[in-house]
Amino acid sequence: MRLPAWPAQHLAALRALLVFTALLGVAYPLALVAAGRLPGLDAKADGSLLTVDGRAVGSALIGQSFTDADGNPVPRYFQSRPSAAGDGYDPTASAASNLGPESVVDTLAADPRQSTRSLLSQVCARSRAVGLLDGVDGRRPYCTPDGVGAVLAVFRADGLTGRITRVVSVNQTAPATPFVASWQGVPVELAQPGEDYRAAGGLVTPVRGDAPEHPAVPADAVTASGSGLDPHISPAYAAIQVARVARERDADPAVVRRLVAEHTTGRALGFMGAPAVNVLELNLALDRNLPAR
Amino acid sequence: MTTGTAGVVFVASLVVALVVAYRPFGDHLYRSVTGTRRSRLERGVFRLVGVNPAAEQSWGVYARSVLAFSAVSVLFLYALQRWQNHLWLSLGFDPVVPHGAWNTAVSFVTNTNWQWYAGESTMGHLVQMAGLAVQNFVSAAVGIAVAVALIRGFARSRTGEVGNFWVDLVRIVLRVLLPVAVLGALVLMLGGVVQNLSAGTDVTTLTGGAQSLPGGPVAGQEVIKELGTNGGGFYNANSAHPFENPTAWTNWVELFLILLIPFSLPRVLGRMVGQQRQGYAVVAVMAVLALGSIALTTGFELAGQGAVPQAVGAALEGKEVRFDVSDSATFGAVTTLTSTGAVNSFHDSYTALGGMMTLGNMMLGEVAPGGVGAGLYGLLVLAVITVFVAGLMVGRTPEYLGKKIGTREITFASLYFLVTPALVLIGTATAFATGNDVTALNTGPHGLTEVLYAFTSASNNNGSAFAGITVNTAWWNTALGLCMLLGRFLPIVFVLALAGSLARQAPVPASGGTLPTHRPLFVGMVVGVTVILVALTYLPALALGPLAEGL
Repeated sequence: MRLPAWPAQHLAALRALLVFTALLGVAYPLALVAAGRLPGLDAKADGSLLTVDGRAVGSALIGQSFTDADGNPVPRYFQSRPSAAGDGYDPTASAASNLGPESVVDTLAADPRQSTRSLLSQVCARSRAVGLLDGVDGRRPYCTPDGVGAVLAVFRADGLTGRITRVVSVNQTAPATPFVASWQGVPVELAQPGEDYRAAGGLVTPVRGDAPEHPAVPADAVTASGSGLDPHISPAYAAIQVARVARERDADPAVVRRLVAEHTTGRALGFMGAPAVNVLELNLALDRNLPAR
Repeated sequence: MTTGTAGVVFVASLVVALVVAYRPFGDHLYRSVTGTRRSRLERGVFRLVGVNPAAEQSWGVYARSVLAFSAVSVLFLYALQRWQNHLWLSLGFDPVVPHGAWNTAVSFVTNTNWQWYAGESTMGHLVQMAGLAVQNFVSAAVGIAVAVALIRGFARSRTGEVGNFWVDLVRIVLRVLLPVAVLGALVLMLGGVVQNLSAGTDVTTLTGGAQSLPGGPVAGQEVIKELGTNGGGFYNANSAHPFENPTAWTNWVELFLILLIPFSLPRVLGRMVGQQRQGYAVVAVMAVLALGSIALTTGFELAGQGAVPQAVGAALEGKEVRFDVSDSATFGAVTTLTSTGAVNSFHDSYTALGGMMTLGNMMLGEVAPGGVGAGLYGLLVLAVITVFVAGLMVGRTPEYLGKKIGTREITFASLYFLVTPALVLIGTATAFATGNDVTALNTGPHGLTEVLYAFTSASNNNGSAFAGITVNTAWWNTALGLCMLLGRFLPIVFVLALAGSLARQAPVPASGGTLPTHRPLFVGMVVGVTVILVALTYLPALALGPLAEGL
């Protein structure tokens, strides 16, 4: 067998790549774009846009924030999940929070805008806010009543062992009240901004507290999704919002509940995924059927 | 139905679908790589490429062809990114920075699809479809081609030839990948995956806010991203993004596409060596490891241990409502078991032990079932090591598929196995030694896991991430690019050398001293060897990261 010389091999490689680029990189995607113009497929290929009076207001597949210019929830609308995409539901910056399961200690600075909240404190703050907005119990395990992570740094005489010398509630600063007054007989201090109690040798100890095992605020209401663009909430999260939305729209809660049911999809084929409520479609239906005063 | 039950049925339905597909699709793969009749399109392509499809190559020439094609691909992809602002459909994006363009070029050519960038704000449509998506096809075909060359090594005897790379490449693309991709893309479009050339649609939301909905030729890229076990998302959120994976059933379809080729390739092995049961034995090893891992990953996620999941009441951070915890965890396990690296939920926010499973799946060496082609050749190398170990333990003659495993063979197999652990552990240590670990988002053991995960993902050509870590620095892009390159092509060279060495041998007739390699005993031994090798290699690193966090 005659071995091809190595420049010849690279020439063949280049020619192969160019052929594939023309076929797979140009003809293939353009043929699919053309297929996407077929009736029935075109609306989906274009992003499943939803329109009001002929004006696009969003996509059935992409979630939105239902907040005012200051970021506060607009109470006549069902609220979406928290989002880590840009400032919230920004499709030009789809993203998750990527914070881990033991992200429990906040980094507190003297200027609150410089502080970064741990995932636990974010969860606690969201739970408290949703509880206040929807008139349900916002308490959760491992959360303080003022809505941060209930986490202590416990200092012991010999590092990991020995008697307790000092206890700090690491996510609470003045003027808060420590979520427990004392821990195994030692009074609990508030955290000072700028201090790193873990580096100083404190053992990080989340405290469960006496919150109910099944919090009234559902899990999806306090967590950010993977895409930051989740168009859905769980039926449970929709259920706790019904009373507020009905009140804001002077409507019968039963009518609102019926609209929620109409916009709830079950598991595909009975076993794929989870029951979910499409928030934008539900809110559009509310505006059509129960316009706010 | 509870989440757990639905999750079990979900996995079971995938298993059934793969079992049904195994024979017909495996046979189609077999005919595609062994057939000698050429379609008019194929003849045209061979003429344009300038190769003689009837000529066979020695392993060395085959390897040099793979390397030449990959080198040209890296250069082309690099140039396309650096000059995207001068080309069409750039959406006004700047040229990609040099270290980023290098990383991405290597990433897509090596079938890794590690992404340091956010697709929606970095890559124009032309780079995505004419650069990245093309590599999604051809890098997958390269993996399958190398696996087929290794099978030829076992199947042939007294020859120096292992096939013709160009013929394998072209036929795999045209007969296997492209038809399934077209069909799959249309199915995904029915589910709502977008396919257009729009730069985006600006809308005013219900409460008066502005939202810019992205466009793009997504469906065509999404399907090959899964089918070719590539994993590079069109958008930053990958398969969690509703435009890439809009519904629970598209999620099922994407998982099926990921698993289809890796689980059907053993059929090709069985047919080419003339013993179907050898193919079944290999599938059995893959399935045992995969099902065990999926069960553990999903179990850990549903159990939801850890302070934050306990406070939330479920491990739902980084997961979409439409996929729920179990289908997200299944995707997480499958994507890491197959070297795909697409994600529909974010592994960084998994429970400590659930996240460890995704890391451990990659550390298995991507063999259960692994990436397209790469999984099969990885598993065959482990089978070679297993017969060697068995030979030492019980005095059987080390043979596999009728070929003697001698010094030369075991040397190549050992070198193959050593490449990725060396890259992972040296890379991780170097990151800490040089202070580049500070870009991790999380602190403590979880921060270490982020660094370890990055090197494991790059070196095993997976491409998923504990995505909290910031890797768009020159150091990270260069280091991970090197890991991807060496982690792909060193093993390929060793595999092809092994193929050449096996092809030259005369077949050994089975004797009383031959260990049967199609029985449950052998399946169990390969599983054992795989798990033990991985545990011995990585346990210290895992103990400092996810185990410290989760226990």
